[in-house]
Amino acid sequence: MSLIDLANPSRFLKFAERVLPWLAAATAVLMLVGLQQVFAAPDDYQQGATVKIMFIHVPSAWLSMFVWGVMSLAALGTLVWRHPLADVSAKAAVPIGAAFTFIALVTGSLWGRPMWGTYWEWDARLTSVLILFLMYLGLMALWRAVDDPSRAARAAAIITLVGAINLPIIKFSVDWWNTLHQPASVLRIGGPTIHPSLLVPLLIMAVAFSLLFLTLHLAAMRNEILRRRVRTLRLLQASAARA
Amino acid sequence: MTLGQHATFIIAAYAIAATVVAGLIVWVVADYRRQRAILHDLEIAGMKRRSAPQASRS
Amino acid sequence: MSALAALIRRDVLVSLRVGGGALIGVLFFLSVVVLMPFAVGPDLALLKRIGPAILWLGAMLASLLTLDRLFAADHDDGSLDLIVMSRTPLELACIAKALAHWVASSIPLIAAAPALALMLNLDAAATIGVMLTLLAGTPALTLMGMIGAALAVTLRRGGLLLPVLVLPLSIPTLIFGVIAANAAASGQSPFGPPFSILCALSLFGLVVGPLAAAASLRQGLD
Repeated sequence: MSLIDLANPSRFLKFAERVLPWLAAATAVLMLVGLQQVFAAPDDYQQGATVKIMFIHVPSAWLSMFVWGVMSLAALGTLVWRHPLADVSAKAAVPIGAAFTFIALVTGSLWGRPMWGTYWEWDARLTSVLILFLMYLGLMALWRAVDDPSRAARAAAIITLVGAINLPIIKFSVDWWNTLHQPASVLRIGGPTIHPSLLVPLLIMAVAFSLLFLTLHLAAMRNEILRRRVRTLRLLQASAARA
Repeated sequence: MTLGQHATFIIAAYAIAATVVAGLIVWVVADYRRQRAILHDLEIAGMKRRSAPQASRS
Repeated sequence: MSALAALIRRDVLVSLRVGGGALIGVLFFLSVVVLMPFAVGPDLALLKRIGPAILWLGAMLASLLTLDRLFAADHDDGSLDLIVMSRTPLELACIAKALAHWVASSIPLIAAAPALALMLNLDAAATIGVMLTLLAGTPALTLMGMIGAALAVTLRRGGLLLPVLVLPLSIPTLIFGVIAANAAASGQSPFGPPFSILCALSLFGLVVGPLAAAASLRQGLD
Protein backbone atom coordinates (compact mmCIF):
# COMPACT_ATOMS: atom_id res chain seq x y z
CA MET A 1 0.00 0.00 0.00
CA SER A 2 1.47 3.31 -1.01
CA LEU A 3 0.99 6.60 0.75
CA ILE A 4 -1.41 7.93 -1.87
CA ASP A 5 -3.83 5.07 -1.20
CA LEU A 6 -4.26 6.32 2.34
CA ALA A 7 -5.91 9.45 0.98
CA ASN A 8 -8.98 7.33 0.38
CA PRO A 9 -11.06 7.27 3.59
CA SER A 10 -12.03 3.60 3.29
CA ARG A 11 -8.44 2.50 2.80
CA PHE A 12 -7.40 4.82 5.59
CA LEU A 13 -9.96 3.16 7.83
CA LYS A 14 -8.55 -0.28 7.05
CA PHE A 15 -5.02 0.96 7.61
CA ALA A 16 -6.00 2.53 10.94
CA GLU A 17 -7.70 -0.65 12.13
CA ARG A 18 -4.56 -2.65 11.38
CA VAL A 19 -2.01 -0.21 12.78
CA LEU A 20 -3.80 0.98 15.91
CA PRO A 21 -3.24 -2.07 18.17
CA TRP A 22 0.49 -2.06 17.43
CA LEU A 23 0.74 1.67 17.96
CA ALA A 24 -1.14 1.45 21.23
CA ALA A 25 1.10 -1.36 22.43
CA ALA A 26 4.25 0.54 21.48
CA THR A 27 2.95 3.61 23.31
CA ALA A 28 2.20 1.61 26.44
CA VAL A 29 5.61 -0.07 26.46
CA LEU A 30 7.51 3.14 25.88
CA MET A 31 5.44 4.98 28.47
CA LEU A 32 6.22 2.28 31.07
CA VAL A 33 9.93 2.34 30.22
CA GLY A 34 9.90 6.13 30.41
CA LEU A 35 8.15 6.19 33.78
CA GLN A 36 10.56 3.59 35.14
CA GLN A 37 13.47 5.75 33.95
CA VAL A 38 11.87 8.85 35.43
CA PHE A 39 11.55 7.36 38.86
CA ALA A 40 15.03 5.87 38.69
CA ALA A 41 16.47 9.27 37.75
CA PRO A 42 18.26 11.24 40.47
CA ASP A 43 16.70 14.34 41.99
CA ASP A 44 17.83 17.74 40.83
CA TYR A 45 20.26 19.26 43.34
CA GLN A 46 18.34 22.54 43.28
CA GLN A 47 14.72 21.52 42.82
CA GLY A 48 14.77 18.17 44.57
CA ALA A 49 12.07 15.69 43.68
CA THR A 50 9.81 18.30 42.07
CA VAL A 51 11.91 17.94 38.93
CA LYS A 52 9.87 14.77 38.33
CA ILE A 53 7.01 17.02 37.23
CA MET A 54 9.19 18.18 34.35
CA PHE A 55 8.95 14.76 32.71
CA ILE A 56 5.25 15.21 32.01
CA HIS A 57 5.20 19.00 31.83
CA VAL A 58 7.78 19.47 29.09
CA PRO A 59 6.47 16.74 26.72
CA SER A 60 2.90 18.07 27.10
CA ALA A 61 4.02 21.63 26.43
CA TRP A 62 5.97 20.43 23.43
CA LEU A 63 2.96 18.51 22.12
CA SER A 64 0.66 21.49 22.65
CA MET A 65 2.65 23.33 19.99
CA PHE A 66 3.29 20.29 17.82
CA VAL A 67 -0.45 19.54 17.57
CA TRP A 68 -1.10 23.09 16.35
CA GLY A 69 1.55 22.42 13.71
CA VAL A 70 -0.24 19.22 12.66
CA MET A 71 -3.52 21.14 12.46
CA SER A 72 -1.87 23.83 10.33
CA LEU A 73 -0.68 21.21 7.85
CA ALA A 74 -4.18 19.73 7.81
CA ALA A 75 -5.57 23.25 7.31
CA LEU A 76 -3.40 23.64 4.20
CA GLY A 77 -4.78 20.31 2.98
CA THR A 78 -8.30 21.58 3.56
CA LEU A 79 -7.86 24.94 1.85
CA VAL A 80 -5.55 23.99 -1.01
CA TRP A 81 -6.68 20.47 -1.94
CA ARG A 82 -10.06 20.43 -0.22
CA HIS A 83 -9.27 16.97 0.95
CA PRO A 84 -11.88 15.42 3.28
CA LEU A 85 -9.21 13.48 5.17
CA ALA A 86 -7.48 16.76 6.03
CA ASP A 87 -10.75 18.03 7.53
CA VAL A 88 -11.00 14.84 9.56
CA SER A 89 -7.41 15.11 10.75
CA ALA A 90 -7.82 18.76 11.79
CA LYS A 91 -11.02 18.08 13.69
CA ALA A 92 -9.68 15.01 15.47
CA ALA A 93 -6.56 16.85 16.64
CA VAL A 94 -8.30 19.77 18.39
CA PRO A 95 -9.55 18.11 21.61
CA ILE A 96 -6.33 16.11 21.97
CA GLY A 97 -4.22 19.25 21.58
CA ALA A 98 -6.40 21.09 24.06
CA ALA A 99 -6.03 18.22 26.55
CA PHE A 100 -2.23 18.24 26.31
CA THR A 101 -2.18 22.02 26.67
CA PHE A 102 -4.34 21.63 29.76
CA ILE A 103 -1.90 19.07 31.20
CA ALA A 104 1.00 21.43 30.50
CA LEU A 105 -0.80 24.28 32.28
CA VAL A 106 -1.85 22.28 35.33
CA THR A 107 1.50 20.57 35.82
CA GLY A 108 3.27 23.89 35.30
CA SER A 109 1.09 25.43 37.97
CA LEU A 110 1.68 22.51 40.34
CA TRP A 111 5.41 22.78 39.69
CA GLY A 112 5.27 26.51 40.33
CA ARG A 113 3.70 26.17 43.78
CA PRO A 114 6.78 24.67 45.48
CA MET A 115 9.24 26.60 43.28
CA TRP A 116 7.71 30.08 43.15
CA GLY A 117 5.42 29.88 46.16
CA THR A 118 2.28 30.53 44.09
CA TYR A 119 0.15 28.37 41.86
CA TRP A 120 0.10 30.94 39.15
CA GLU A 121 2.98 33.15 38.19
CA TRP A 122 2.51 35.38 35.13
CA ASP A 123 5.61 33.77 33.76
CA ALA A 124 6.14 34.31 30.05
CA ARG A 125 6.01 30.63 29.13
CA LEU A 126 2.99 29.79 31.25
CA THR A 127 1.14 32.84 29.90
CA SER A 128 1.88 31.92 26.29
CA VAL A 129 0.63 28.40 26.90
CA LEU A 130 -2.50 29.85 28.52
CA ILE A 131 -3.19 31.93 25.39
CA LEU A 132 -2.60 28.83 23.27
CA PHE A 133 -5.15 27.01 25.44
CA LEU A 134 -7.67 29.82 24.86
CA MET A 135 -7.12 29.48 21.13
CA TYR A 136 -7.71 25.72 21.30
CA LEU A 137 -10.95 26.35 23.17
CA GLY A 138 -12.04 28.92 20.58
CA LEU A 139 -11.34 26.40 17.84
CA MET A 140 -13.36 23.75 19.66
CA ALA A 141 -16.22 26.23 19.98
CA LEU A 142 -15.99 26.91 16.26
CA TRP A 143 -16.18 23.20 15.40
CA ARG A 144 -19.18 22.78 17.64
CA ALA A 145 -21.04 25.82 16.36
CA VAL A 146 -21.33 24.69 12.74
CA ASP A 147 -23.28 21.63 11.70
CA ASP A 148 -22.01 21.33 8.12
CA PRO A 149 -18.64 19.58 8.52
CA SER A 150 -16.93 20.83 5.37
CA ARG A 151 -17.97 24.43 6.04
CA ALA A 152 -16.73 24.14 9.62
CA ALA A 153 -13.49 22.65 8.35
CA ARG A 154 -12.79 25.62 6.07
CA ALA A 155 -13.57 28.17 8.77
CA ALA A 156 -11.45 26.28 11.29
CA ALA A 157 -8.62 25.98 8.76
CA ILE A 158 -8.44 29.75 8.32
CA ILE A 159 -8.41 30.38 12.08
CA THR A 160 -5.78 27.65 12.53
CA LEU A 161 -3.46 29.22 9.96
CA VAL A 162 -3.98 32.75 11.29
CA GLY A 163 -3.26 31.37 14.75
CA ALA A 164 -0.10 29.64 13.53
CA ILE A 165 1.17 32.92 12.06
CA ASN A 166 0.25 34.81 15.22
CA LEU A 167 1.63 32.39 17.80
CA PRO A 168 5.28 33.53 17.43
CA ILE A 169 4.15 37.16 17.67
CA ILE A 170 2.12 36.43 20.80
CA LYS A 171 5.09 34.59 22.32
CA PHE A 172 7.38 37.52 21.51
CA SER A 173 5.04 40.15 22.94
CA VAL A 174 4.38 38.15 26.10
CA ASP A 175 8.15 37.82 26.60
CA TRP A 176 8.57 41.58 26.19
CA TRP A 177 5.64 42.31 28.53
CA ASN A 178 6.99 39.87 31.09
CA THR A 179 10.53 41.26 31.24
CA LEU A 180 9.05 44.71 31.71
CA HIS A 181 6.81 43.72 34.58
CA GLN A 182 8.82 41.32 36.69
CA PRO A 183 12.38 40.18 37.22
CA ALA A 184 13.54 37.07 35.42
CA SER A 185 11.97 34.03 37.00
CA VAL A 186 13.89 31.85 39.42
CA LEU A 187 13.40 28.81 37.31
CA ARG A 188 14.46 28.25 33.75
CA ILE A 189 12.23 25.36 32.84
CA GLY A 190 14.12 22.72 30.89
CA GLY A 191 17.02 25.01 30.07
CA PRO A 192 19.90 23.84 27.90
CA THR A 193 22.05 23.05 30.94
CA ILE A 194 20.11 19.92 31.75
CA HIS A 195 22.09 16.98 33.07
CA PRO A 196 22.21 13.79 30.91
CA SER A 197 20.80 11.69 33.75
CA LEU A 198 17.64 13.79 33.46
CA LEU A 199 17.79 14.29 29.70
CA VAL A 200 17.51 10.62 28.74
CA PRO A 201 14.23 9.99 30.64
CA LEU A 202 12.91 13.30 29.31
CA LEU A 203 13.60 12.28 25.73
CA ILE A 204 12.00 8.86 26.26
CA MET A 205 8.93 10.53 27.75
CA ALA A 206 8.80 13.01 24.86
CA VAL A 207 8.80 10.15 22.34
CA ALA A 208 6.22 8.24 24.41
CA PHE A 209 3.93 11.28 24.54
CA SER A 210 4.31 11.79 20.79
CA LEU A 211 3.36 8.16 20.19
CA LEU A 212 0.40 8.64 22.53
CA PHE A 213 -0.73 11.60 20.45
CA LEU A 214 -0.26 9.63 17.23
CA THR A 215 -2.36 6.75 18.58
CA LEU A 216 -5.13 8.97 19.90
CA HIS A 217 -5.14 11.07 16.74
CA LEU A 218 -5.39 8.04 14.49
CA ALA A 219 -8.19 6.59 16.61
CA ALA A 220 -10.06 9.90 16.71
CA MET A 221 -9.68 10.25 12.92
CA ARG A 222 -11.15 6.78 12.52
CA ASN A 223 -14.08 7.77 14.73
CA GLU A 224 -14.56 10.94 12.75
CA ILE A 225 -14.71 9.04 9.45
CA LEU A 226 -17.30 6.71 10.95
CA ARG A 227 -19.26 9.70 12.24
CA ARG A 228 -19.35 11.15 8.74
CA ARG A 229 -20.59 7.83 7.36
CA VAL A 230 -23.35 7.84 9.94
CA ARG A 231 -24.22 11.37 8.90
CA THR A 232 -24.33 10.45 5.22
CA LEU A 233 -26.48 7.41 5.89
CA ARG A 234 -28.86 9.41 8.07
CA LEU A 235 -29.23 12.03 5.35
CA LEU A 236 -29.93 9.24 2.85
CA GLN A 237 -32.42 7.68 5.22
CA ALA A 238 -34.18 10.99 5.67
CA SER A 239 -34.41 11.64 1.95
CA ALA A 240 -35.61 8.05 1.37
CA ALA A 241 -38.31 8.47 4.00
CA ARG A 242 -39.50 11.64 2.36
CA ALA A 243 -39.65 10.16 -1.13
CA MET B 1 12.66 6.29 46.46
CA THR B 2 11.34 9.33 48.29
CA LEU B 3 9.49 12.24 46.80
CA GLY B 4 10.61 14.71 49.44
CA GLN B 5 8.54 17.39 51.07
CA HIS B 6 6.65 18.26 47.87
CA ALA B 7 5.28 14.77 47.28
CA THR B 8 1.69 16.06 47.16
CA PHE B 9 2.41 18.28 44.19
CA ILE B 10 4.27 15.58 42.28
CA ILE B 11 1.54 13.01 42.88
CA ALA B 12 -1.16 15.54 42.00
CA ALA B 13 0.61 16.43 38.75
CA TYR B 14 0.93 12.79 37.72
CA ALA B 15 -2.62 12.01 38.82
CA ILE B 16 -4.12 14.86 36.81
CA ALA B 17 -2.07 14.00 33.73
CA ALA B 18 -3.13 10.36 34.04
CA THR B 19 -6.79 11.34 34.48
CA VAL B 20 -6.77 13.57 31.41
CA VAL B 21 -5.07 10.93 29.28
CA ALA B 22 -7.46 8.26 30.58
CA GLY B 23 -10.33 10.59 29.74
CA LEU B 24 -9.06 10.92 26.18
CA ILE B 25 -8.73 7.15 25.83
CA VAL B 26 -12.22 6.53 27.22
CA TRP B 27 -13.65 9.21 24.91
CA VAL B 28 -11.96 7.69 21.85
CA VAL B 29 -13.05 4.13 22.66
CA ALA B 30 -16.61 5.02 23.66
CA ASP B 31 -17.02 7.20 20.57
CA TYR B 32 -15.80 4.34 18.38
CA ARG B 33 -18.24 1.87 19.93
CA ARG B 34 -21.13 4.31 19.57
CA GLN B 35 -20.45 5.10 15.91
CA ARG B 36 -20.03 1.38 15.15
CA ALA B 37 -23.33 0.60 16.87
CA ILE B 38 -25.19 3.33 14.99
CA LEU B 39 -23.68 2.17 11.68
CA HIS B 40 -24.72 -1.39 12.50
CA ASP B 41 -28.30 -0.29 13.21
CA LEU B 42 -28.44 1.74 10.01
CA GLU B 43 -27.20 -1.22 8.00
CA ILE B 44 -29.87 -3.45 9.55
CA ALA B 45 -32.38 -0.80 8.54
CA GLY B 46 -31.19 -1.40 4.99
CA MET B 47 -29.17 1.72 4.41
CA LYS B 48 -26.19 1.29 2.08
CA ARG B 49 -23.80 3.93 0.97
CA ARG B 50 -24.12 4.68 -2.72
CA SER B 51 -20.37 4.76 -3.34
CA ALA B 52 -18.59 2.74 -0.73
CA PRO B 53 -15.27 4.58 -0.47
CA GLN B 54 -16.48 8.18 -0.56
CA ALA B 55 -17.68 8.24 3.02
CA SER B 56 -17.17 11.88 3.74
CA ARG B 57 -19.41 13.12 0.99
CA SER B 58 -22.09 15.06 2.73
CA MET C 1 -10.08 52.59 -7.68
CA SER C 2 -13.29 54.57 -7.91
CA ALA C 3 -15.22 51.47 -6.93
CA LEU C 4 -13.18 51.21 -3.74
CA ALA C 5 -13.61 54.93 -3.02
CA ALA C 6 -17.36 54.56 -3.50
CA LEU C 7 -17.36 51.54 -1.18
CA ILE C 8 -15.50 53.47 1.54
CA ARG C 9 -17.78 56.49 1.15
CA ARG C 10 -20.91 54.36 1.33
CA ASP C 11 -19.75 52.37 4.35
CA VAL C 12 -18.78 55.46 6.32
CA LEU C 13 -22.09 57.15 5.52
CA VAL C 14 -24.14 54.08 6.37
CA SER C 15 -22.45 53.57 9.71
CA LEU C 16 -22.79 57.23 10.71
CA ARG C 17 -26.46 57.53 9.84
CA VAL C 18 -29.50 56.34 11.73
CA GLY C 19 -29.27 52.61 12.41
CA GLY C 20 -25.49 52.57 12.00
CA GLY C 21 -23.51 51.27 14.95
CA ALA C 22 -20.54 53.62 14.97
CA LEU C 23 -21.63 55.89 17.81
CA ILE C 24 -22.78 52.96 19.95
CA GLY C 25 -19.10 52.06 20.22
CA VAL C 26 -18.24 55.44 21.72
CA LEU C 27 -21.11 55.14 24.17
CA PHE C 28 -19.89 51.70 25.20
CA PHE C 29 -16.33 53.03 25.58
CA LEU C 30 -17.67 55.78 27.83
CA SER C 31 -19.64 53.29 29.92
CA VAL C 32 -16.71 50.90 30.39
CA VAL C 33 -14.38 53.71 31.47
CA VAL C 34 -16.98 55.16 33.82
CA LEU C 35 -17.48 51.72 35.39
CA MET C 36 -13.78 51.36 36.23
CA PRO C 37 -13.68 53.84 39.15
CA PHE C 38 -16.64 52.02 40.67
CA ALA C 39 -14.63 48.81 40.57
CA VAL C 40 -11.26 50.11 41.80
CA GLY C 41 -12.44 53.05 43.93
CA PRO C 42 -12.24 56.81 43.34
CA ASP C 43 -8.52 56.96 44.16
CA LEU C 44 -7.15 59.54 41.70
CA ALA C 45 -3.54 58.46 42.15
CA LEU C 46 -4.40 54.85 41.33
CA LEU C 47 -6.61 55.88 38.40
CA LYS C 48 -3.79 58.03 37.04
CA ARG C 49 -1.44 55.07 37.21
CA ILE C 50 -3.74 52.56 35.52
CA GLY C 51 -5.50 55.15 33.33
CA PRO C 52 -3.74 54.28 30.04
CA ALA C 53 -4.52 50.59 30.59
CA ILE C 54 -8.20 51.35 31.31
CA LEU C 55 -8.51 53.48 28.19
CA TRP C 56 -6.85 50.83 26.06
CA LEU C 57 -9.00 48.03 27.43
CA GLY C 58 -12.14 50.11 26.93
CA ALA C 59 -11.20 51.01 23.37
CA MET C 60 -10.41 47.39 22.58
CA LEU C 61 -13.75 46.14 23.90
CA ALA C 62 -15.61 48.95 22.14
CA SER C 63 -13.98 48.13 18.81
CA LEU C 64 -14.89 44.48 19.37
CA LEU C 65 -18.51 45.42 20.00
CA THR C 66 -19.06 46.99 16.58
CA LEU C 67 -16.95 44.46 14.71
CA ASP C 68 -19.73 42.14 13.60
CA ARG C 69 -21.25 45.10 11.75
CA LEU C 70 -18.32 44.97 9.35
CA PHE C 71 -19.91 42.38 7.06
CA ALA C 72 -23.25 41.47 8.64
CA ALA C 73 -25.35 44.29 7.15
CA ASP C 74 -23.89 43.72 3.68
CA HIS C 75 -24.54 40.01 4.04
CA ASP C 76 -28.17 40.61 5.01
CA ASP C 77 -29.02 42.87 2.09
CA GLY C 78 -27.03 40.84 -0.44
CA SER C 79 -24.46 43.47 -1.34
CA LEU C 80 -21.71 41.25 0.05
CA ASP C 81 -22.36 38.75 -2.74
CA LEU C 82 -21.99 41.55 -5.28
CA ILE C 83 -18.71 42.62 -3.70
CA VAL C 84 -17.42 39.05 -3.80
CA MET C 85 -18.46 38.65 -7.44
CA SER C 86 -17.22 42.04 -8.62
CA ARG C 87 -14.02 42.46 -10.63
CA THR C 88 -12.36 44.42 -7.85
CA PRO C 89 -10.03 42.06 -5.97
CA LEU C 90 -11.79 40.92 -2.82
CA GLU C 91 -8.67 41.59 -0.72
CA LEU C 92 -8.71 45.25 -1.76
CA ALA C 93 -12.44 45.46 -1.07
CA CYS C 94 -11.77 44.05 2.39
CA ILE C 95 -9.10 46.69 3.01
CA ALA C 96 -11.57 49.36 1.89
CA LYS C 97 -14.26 48.03 4.20
CA ALA C 98 -11.82 47.84 7.10
CA LEU C 99 -10.69 51.41 6.44
CA ALA C 100 -14.27 52.63 6.38
CA HIS C 101 -15.06 50.73 9.56
CA TRP C 102 -11.97 52.13 11.26
CA VAL C 103 -12.84 55.70 10.24
CA ALA C 104 -16.41 55.35 11.44
CA SER C 105 -15.81 53.48 14.69
CA SER C 106 -12.19 53.96 15.85
CA ILE C 107 -11.69 57.67 15.06
CA PRO C 108 -14.63 58.57 17.36
CA LEU C 109 -13.01 56.46 20.09
CA ILE C 110 -9.73 58.33 19.71
CA ALA C 111 -11.60 61.63 19.71
CA ALA C 112 -13.41 60.67 22.90
CA ALA C 113 -10.23 59.55 24.64
CA PRO C 114 -9.07 63.03 25.88
CA ALA C 115 -12.34 63.67 27.71
CA LEU C 116 -12.14 60.29 29.43
CA ALA C 117 -8.43 60.79 30.14
CA LEU C 118 -9.36 64.00 31.98
CA MET C 119 -11.73 62.06 34.19
CA LEU C 120 -9.01 59.53 34.95
CA ASN C 121 -6.65 62.31 36.02
CA LEU C 122 -4.16 61.75 33.18
CA ASP C 123 -1.84 64.65 32.35
CA ALA C 124 -1.28 66.06 28.88
CA ALA C 125 1.67 63.83 28.01
CA ALA C 126 -0.22 60.69 28.98
CA THR C 127 -3.32 61.79 27.06
CA ILE C 128 -1.31 62.43 23.90
CA GLY C 129 0.44 59.10 24.42
CA VAL C 130 -2.85 57.24 24.68
CA MET C 131 -4.25 58.98 21.60
CA LEU C 132 -1.11 58.31 19.55
CA THR C 133 -1.00 54.64 20.54
CA LEU C 134 -4.71 54.24 19.84
CA LEU C 135 -4.22 55.86 16.44
CA ALA C 136 -1.40 53.44 15.66
CA GLY C 137 -2.93 50.38 17.30
CA THR C 138 -6.64 50.38 16.51
CA PRO C 139 -6.03 49.54 12.81
CA ALA C 140 -4.46 46.28 13.98
CA LEU C 141 -7.56 45.55 16.09
CA THR C 142 -9.90 46.26 13.17
CA LEU C 143 -7.83 44.30 10.65
CA MET C 144 -7.38 41.22 12.83
CA GLY C 145 -10.98 41.46 13.93
CA MET C 146 -12.05 41.51 10.30
CA ILE C 147 -11.00 37.85 10.03
CA GLY C 148 -13.40 36.96 12.80
CA ALA C 149 -16.13 39.12 11.29
CA ALA C 150 -15.72 37.41 7.92
CA LEU C 151 -15.93 33.98 9.52
CA ALA C 152 -18.90 35.00 11.65
CA VAL C 153 -20.86 36.14 8.63
CA THR C 154 -20.35 32.85 6.80
CA LEU C 155 -21.42 30.74 9.79
CA ARG C 156 -24.97 30.79 10.98
CA ARG C 157 -24.23 31.06 14.69
CA GLY C 158 -20.99 32.93 14.20
CA GLY C 159 -21.80 36.11 16.08
CA LEU C 160 -21.13 34.62 19.50
CA LEU C 161 -17.88 33.09 18.35
CA LEU C 162 -16.35 36.34 17.17
CA PRO C 163 -14.98 37.68 20.48
CA VAL C 164 -13.64 34.25 21.48
CA LEU C 165 -11.72 33.91 18.23
CA VAL C 166 -10.54 37.52 17.95
CA LEU C 167 -9.46 38.37 21.51
CA PRO C 168 -6.40 36.06 21.70
CA LEU C 169 -5.17 37.52 18.41
CA SER C 170 -5.45 41.07 19.83
CA ILE C 171 -3.22 40.37 22.83
CA PRO C 172 0.02 41.64 21.20
CA THR C 173 -1.67 44.90 20.21
CA LEU C 174 -2.94 45.41 23.75
CA ILE C 175 0.46 44.63 25.26
CA PHE C 176 2.42 47.06 23.10
CA GLY C 177 -0.30 49.69 23.12
CA VAL C 178 -0.33 49.82 26.90
CA ILE C 179 3.47 49.63 27.19
CA ALA C 180 3.90 52.57 24.79
CA ALA C 181 1.11 54.59 26.41
CA ASN C 182 2.60 54.01 29.87
CA ALA C 183 6.03 54.97 28.57
CA ALA C 184 4.59 58.25 27.31
CA ALA C 185 2.82 58.80 30.61
CA SER C 186 5.69 58.08 32.98
CA GLY C 187 8.68 58.91 30.80
CA GLN C 188 10.64 56.20 32.58
CA SER C 189 10.99 53.75 29.72
CA PRO C 190 11.59 54.53 26.04
CA PHE C 191 8.49 55.24 23.94
CA GLY C 192 10.03 54.51 20.54
CA PRO C 193 10.51 50.71 20.48
CA PRO C 194 7.05 49.62 21.69
CA PHE C 195 5.42 52.28 19.51
CA SER C 196 7.32 51.05 16.46
CA ILE C 197 6.26 47.49 17.19
CA LEU C 198 2.67 48.71 17.55
CA CYS C 199 2.89 50.26 14.07
CA ALA C 200 4.45 47.04 12.80
CA LEU C 201 1.51 45.06 14.21
CA SER C 202 -0.89 47.28 12.29
CA LEU C 203 1.09 46.80 9.07
CA PHE C 204 1.17 43.06 9.74
CA GLY C 205 -2.59 43.13 10.20
CA LEU C 206 -2.87 44.96 6.90
CA VAL C 207 -1.31 41.94 5.20
CA VAL C 208 -2.87 39.04 7.12
CA GLY C 209 -6.32 40.49 7.83
CA PRO C 210 -7.55 41.17 4.30
CA LEU C 211 -5.99 37.94 2.94
CA ALA C 212 -7.63 35.76 5.58
CA ALA C 213 -10.93 37.64 5.52
CA ALA C 214 -11.15 37.42 1.72
CA ALA C 215 -10.26 33.73 1.87
CA SER C 216 -12.97 32.99 4.41
CA LEU C 217 -15.55 34.99 2.46
CA ARG C 218 -14.69 33.07 -0.71
CA GLN C 219 -14.65 29.72 1.07
CA GLY C 220 -17.77 30.36 3.07
CA LEU C 221 -20.17 32.02 0.67
CA ASP C 222 -20.16 29.47 -2.14
